[in-house]
Amino acid sequence: MEKWENNKAWFLVLPVFLIVAFSAIIPLMTVVNYSVQDIFGPGNAVFVGTEWFEEVLRDTRLHDALGRQFLFSGLVLLIEIPLGILVALAMPKRGWGVSASLITLALPLLIPWNVIGTIWIIFTRPDIGLFGVAVNGLDLLSVPFDHTARPIYAWITLMAMEVWHWTPLVALLCYAGLRAIPEAYYQAAKIDGASALAVFRYIQLPKMRGVLTIAVLLRFMDSFLIYAEPFALTGGGPGNTTTFLSIYLVKIAVGQFDLGPAAAFSLIYFLIVLLLSFIFYQVLLNVGKGEKR
Amino acid sequence: MKNRKRYIALAVYFVLLMLPIYWMLTMSLRTNADILSSFSYYPKNLTFTNYIKIFTDRAWYSGYINSLIYVTMNTVISLSFALPAAYAFSRFKFLGDGQMFFWLLTNRMAPAAVFLLPYFQLYSTVGLIDTHIAVALAHCLFNVPLAVWILEGFMSGIPREIDETAFIDGYSFPRFFITLFIPLIRAGVGVTAFFCFMFSWVELLFARTLTVTNAKPIVATMTRTISATGLDWGLMAAAGTLTIVPGALVIWFVRNHMAKGFALGRV
Repeated sequence: MEKWENNKAWFLVLPVFLIVAFSAIIPLMTVVNYSVQDIFGPGNAVFVGTEWFEEVLRDTRLHDALGRQFLFSGLVLLIEIPLGILVALAMPKRGWGVSASLITLALPLLIPWNVIGTIWIIFTRPDIGLFGVAVNGLDLLSVPFDHTARPIYAWITLMAMEVWHWTPLVALLCYAGLRAIPEAYYQAAKIDGASALAVFRYIQLPKMRGVLTIAVLLRFMDSFLIYAEPFALTGGGPGNTTTFLSIYLVKIAVGQFDLGPAAAFSLIYFLIVLLLSFIFYQVLLNVGKGEKR
Repeated sequence: MKNRKRYIALAVYFVLLMLPIYWMLTMSLRTNADILSSFSYYPKNLTFTNYIKIFTDRAWYSGYINSLIYVTMNTVISLSFALPAAYAFSRFKFLGDGQMFFWLLTNRMAPAAVFLLPYFQLYSTVGLIDTHIAVALAHCLFNVPLAVWILEGFMSGIPREIDETAFIDGYSFPRFFITLFIPLIRAGVGVTAFFCFMFSWVELLFARTLTVTNAKPIVATMTRTISATGLDWGLMAAAGTLTIVPGALVIWFVRNHMAKGFALGRV
């Protein structure tokens, strides 16, 4: 659709700009302020330039946390996006099943994040949790399953929780995209004798690009910033093996109250998310544009 | 045959999805000692003491009321601000539109931990600490951009000829927008409202930082279950189960809108 060119449209956007800017700009500037000063107390701060940034960039524990964060977010996207698409493809298209599926999918999304972590603690307990008992009942593991015992188990538990919690969001969004495809497309494909795979590749996938952009970006941002769930479930352990960036950040900011380094860390963290989101956004916006008919 | 396999797979997925929630429900119907002493698939000694405590203790039930108040405020504010902006993005080309759109999205990307202190200072300065509106406003930071994004998709699905015809018929912009255009994307508004409700309902850090007692949300109240003797699992599970109820009711009432909204698609 061609758009009208009209700069007066700014008046419609202005209220949104103001309400978001109220909460966004002043806190951001304050954090920038912290990041270049050494603060001893109220009204007692010294300008230190880029010292905190250099200190943070040299911090090896931060590098480890960043690596873990990339692994975690990468796994999240690799599992949740395809699984969400599959669920959306399998969902019924009409009848009572639609409402039932939508409601079932939405339930995990409505539980507060700290509660999610707490439920999964008991759900995966090897003595009284369903998941823990079931996994140990299979008797496949040399060391009994307990997410506090071994890093790999902690990771499996976290991934299971994350996939359980957020795949429904991807599925809901993809379902919306699929329902928007006019029936005529499918009829045309049927006449051409297209296989199910071809229908998916050339009709459903391109038509889902918009919703997939939202899904990938939301899942990337939220998994990269994840805090409440792993904090409640593993507290970053065993050792530091599930200490993600935000958990490490809170350790510096609240635990040690090092406001300067924490602020510098936050800004670097923010820029990483921003840069990667921008790349995802541009790629998803432009991919496959050439083959559009 | 192919369909049957598909539905069986879907049913298995839904059962797996419900298991943790079922586990929370069974725990909420057991006493703490019972939970910790033995493994059982269902509550053998059914008890409602956890729920009774929540419904009779003001500190508990007021948490739900506070959360509902600010979540409702946030949903209303987000929608009423996002609707005109989404219209602008879907219909007009204007200076800096792409940049503005992406800037809105960037507000979801900042790690909350360090930003909480400036938030507290900012809202203290304007005298809003411990009010519902403070949390509602803070949640606008991530809900308004999302609402604009989702609504823009729905609006782009409506042909521009409808706007043109209305203007030729002599409709003013506000009258056209409220009486003609919004009803057309009613289902999209329903879907957006659900997403705003959900993200505001589950958020913990802002809600906890900006409130003390008068507007303390249920997510913060729940940290009370952690006492010197450890977690009160039964009470925690009961409170957790109850946090699903308002959202489930919202979905139940808008389920037809949602199904229709999703049918309209174009999120």
